[in-house]
Amino acid sequence: MSTELVLLALFMGLATYPARAIPLLVPGVERLPPRAIAYLRLVAPAVLAALAAVNVMVVLDADRTPSFHVGVEWLAVAVCGGLVAARRSLFAGLIVAAALVAILRAAEIAPLP
Amino acid sequence: MTGAAPAGPGPTPPAPPDVRSARRRLVMDGLGIIATASGFGLVYGLAARAAGFSPLEASAMSVLVFAGAAQFAAVGYVLGGFSWIGVIALTAFINARHLLYAAALAPYLADRPRPLRALLAHFLTDEAFALSTAHFRRLGRADVPGYWYAALVTTFIPWNVATLVGVIVGGSIPEPERLGLDIIFPAAMAGLAVGLVTGRRELVAALVGAVVAVAVSLGWDPAAGILAGGLIGPLVGLAVPGRPSAARHAGDIGVEAP
Repeated sequence: MSTELVLLALFMGLATYPARAIPLLVPGVERLPPRAIAYLRLVAPAVLAALAAVNVMVVLDADRTPSFHVGVEWLAVAVCGGLVAARRSLFAGLIVAAALVAILRAAEIAPLP
Repeated sequence: MTGAAPAGPGPTPPAPPDVRSARRRLVMDGLGIIATASGFGLVYGLAARAAGFSPLEASAMSVLVFAGAAQFAAVGYVLGGFSWIGVIALTAFINARHLLYAAALAPYLADRPRPLRALLAHFLTDEAFALSTAHFRRLGRADVPGYWYAALVTTFIPWNVATLVGVIVGGSIPEPERLGLDIIFPAAMAGLAVGLVTGRRELVAALVGAVVAVAVSLGWDPAAGILAGGLIGPLVGLAVPGRPSAARHAGDIGVEAP
């Protein structure tokens, strides 16, 4: 069983802990400039959107050369995002997205990756 | 006109509820979180397995990091061949919002022993914050057992059990693509991003982040693209005029787990 990523998990935990602990342990330290707080609030949606977009729009060939990809994955991701916006339920969005892709692939409307 | 007018110069503020009734409400509020954390933890386990994580590695993430968005992102980073330094830096960025949660809870917990506060901190998530801050407000003071319920019972335990189930079940599925399981990761990322969009600034940051990431990925490398999108998107978002978005994150307990 691979254990290499356990160390990465430890470092990720160490990188997360200060944000959780410092304001509790040293009250007042959290008073960052408003501009910095506003920037930090925007990082998560930007990183998550970047991850989603790259995952469905960019594919790598055997030489790791990137190319643009268009496929049913776009539709599934859009449906999931729409359900989250409308119903506030990520879990429902994920179920519908996976089911949509599975059905379209089973019907051979969309190819397997 | 019927009924008696209240005596005195104005309405009397309602008395804070007793601990028992406040905890009862906390337990009821937490039931939905348990279901969400379980379902989402299962999905995380499946995604981690699809990315090649062993059960031990996936569980280590859920125990040591215990932050859903960052853990899902780590799956993508590993798939994309990120350097560990990049993964750790982006994890810190994604989880920086916990600073705001901890700051909001700090006044309630200021008189508690420092070791206890240090321990409580590790279990602070979106859900623990949402449940416990509402509970503390209702009581008008801190209630550490209530915090433990919010952090451990509703989130940490279901999240970790479900992660383990997901990563074990995921390993026994021969062709996960046929079930559409490969779409779970990008769909989760998009759904989480949508859940965090509470105003124009977040929307612009997300859209610019996505466009920049794809452009840089096609021209250079996906890992660099994601990093560029995550750093440039917020800068452009900050340039958008308008009122700061409402802090809806505290109530969005159904979207992101933990």
